[in-house]
Amino acid sequence: MRFLLRRLGFYLLSGWVALTINFLLPRLMPGDPATALFARFRGRLGPEAMQALRETFGLTQAPLWRQYLTSLGHVLRGDLGISIAYFPSPVSSVIGTGLIWTVFLAGSAVAISFALGTLLGLAAAWWRRGWIDTWLPSTLVFFGAFPFFWLAMVALYVFGFVLGWFPLGHAYSDEITPAFTAAFLLDIARHAVLPVGTMVLATLGGWLLSMRNTMISVLGSDFVNLARAKGLPQSRVALRYAARNALLPSITSLGMALGFVLGGSLLTEIVFSYPGQGYLLVQAVRNQDYPLMQGIFLVITLAVLGANWLVDLVVLWLDPRIRESAS
Amino acid sequence: MSGNTTVPATGVAAWWAAIRRDRKASIGAALLAFFVLLAVVGPLLVGDPQALVGIPLQPPSPQHWLGTTGQGQDVLAQLVVGTRVSLAIGFAVGLAVVLVGALVGITAGYFGGRVDGLLSLLFNVFLVIPGLPLAIVIAAYLPSGPLTLGLVLTVTGWAWNARVMRAQTLSQRQRDFVAAAIVTGESDFRIITNEILPTMTSLLVAQVIGSTVYAIGAQVGLEFLGLGDVSAVTWGTNLYWAQNDSALLTGAWWTFAPTGLCVALVGFGLTMLNSGFDEISNPRLQLERAWRAYLESRGHKATRSTPVVVDRV
Repeated sequence: MRFLLRRLGFYLLSGWVALTINFLLPRLMPGDPATALFARFRGRLGPEAMQALRETFGLTQAPLWRQYLTSLGHVLRGDLGISIAYFPSPVSSVIGTGLIWTVFLAGSAVAISFALGTLLGLAAAWWRRGWIDTWLPSTLVFFGAFPFFWLAMVALYVFGFVLGWFPLGHAYSDEITPAFTAAFLLDIARHAVLPVGTMVLATLGGWLLSMRNTMISVLGSDFVNLARAKGLPQSRVALRYAARNALLPSITSLGMALGFVLGGSLLTEIVFSYPGQGYLLVQAVRNQDYPLMQGIFLVITLAVLGANWLVDLVVLWLDPRIRESAS
Repeated sequence: MSGNTTVPATGVAAWWAAIRRDRKASIGAALLAFFVLLAVVGPLLVGDPQALVGIPLQPPSPQHWLGTTGQGQDVLAQLVVGTRVSLAIGFAVGLAVVLVGALVGITAGYFGGRVDGLLSLLFNVFLVIPGLPLAIVIAAYLPSGPLTLGLVLTVTGWAWNARVMRAQTLSQRQRDFVAAAIVTGESDFRIITNEILPTMTSLLVAQVIGSTVYAIGAQVGLEFLGLGDVSAVTWGTNLYWAQNDSALLTGAWWTFAPTGLCVALVGFGLTMLNSGFDEISNPRLQLERAWRAYLESRGHKATRSTPVVVDRV
């Protein structure tokens, strides 16, 4: 319990740092977003509306600390300001429309990549110098050297454009009405194959190597030798004894990998015109929509922090040493 | 372990000899040398990358080896000229990131106590905040250009190095030679620069290489989003324009394929060089190689011994 609370405190602190960066950036930077913002809307908004806008962003004449408190209060109530690119929708609802797609894309990519990579790493360590161990790691590391989004472009070109196996973009076809039907779900899956596939390909090598290396050192340890000496079935030694322990470092790095994959997912979405955060982000960058940009940053950060805490829960459940030292 | 030629631990000549002996490292060094050469002399050999030289989106032909872009520029010229800026930013950021990371990490590891607590908290926070979104937010506020890219990538990239350096310093701090230096009354600064830092040379080199790979990849990503100077010619902006001109949906593979391949080849070369360096400078792997050479000289078949995972805290 102490462990979890300490971690929670750390994530709260990190969240607060992110909030503060978010608050300070527009005020520290040479380019004043307020001026850009108001220039964009001049002639379209009355002075009262402008004043309201100003207040929503907290860009008032009040002293800095008061602005800070106001902005913190807004964020805590879920009010991230008003989007410029999608004026007059609030940022929170704009982000809400894309969030589920990003979580779906990045989530399934991480889950598949982790599961597959770990299994392959297990196999590579178990059958050392077998063909998995010889060929797969270097091949995957080579793929890992390509930028995420470039792999996505190649995949889109080859499998979408030339071969026509998969759709060229978007999360689902226009002809299908979103509903909870098998046809719709199948359509979503078909659209997700390429983006998820490229992300898995780019990250698989890391999981494989991490699992392989830890597994090899665990396989050499005394308790595994004892298990073998007792004549336990091979599968039991491999899975219940070695793999369970070798899994820990991979799981610990899962939290950090999430942030990395989310970032890669943003870029991949752009290539596939996938309607998630990445697409919104590009719109925000093109339209200098600072509130939307900052909102996306904040939401992604909070999502990563939350996921990290979940990973801590899993680690606590898997690793008795932490449970012991915590109690 | 007699009979094997001993490698002098330091010196450029020794590194060079070691690179040439290791196959991985030689491949990496050759790839890297090719791209550095391309970056230095390449722009002098090709024409103006911005010039409109032909019909847009022409496939590769004898006049334009890699075809033309959506605006009718020569893809090869853009690729070659882009190499210079992209590599320069990559190496500069790689160095800067390691410098900041080493400064923070060594300070935290050496002084310990409250300093360590505070600095560790700082880099742990930066590790957990997702880098790319943070980089995008900062870059969007600054005037676009190479300086902005460098700054943003340094801010989002230093934390990992700091963590590694702290762990390494902590373990060196326990060693007898540091204790001896403290007893003889050396100053903290001198102990850090003259006693601890030299033991980390190979780690620092490895970190610079690794960070450069990161910097090139992240830089291309940011520019692809349109956060670089889109009027400049770099690898990232080439991809940005390829995507913007819908090169993919018109089947113009030549506008994006070569650039990504170059990014990957540089990254791959650097990684190869790094693992080669590791085998050169890691005494454990050196021993293993010497042992294998000994076995083979006696006519035995050498098998690889089990690598040991070093548990980094």
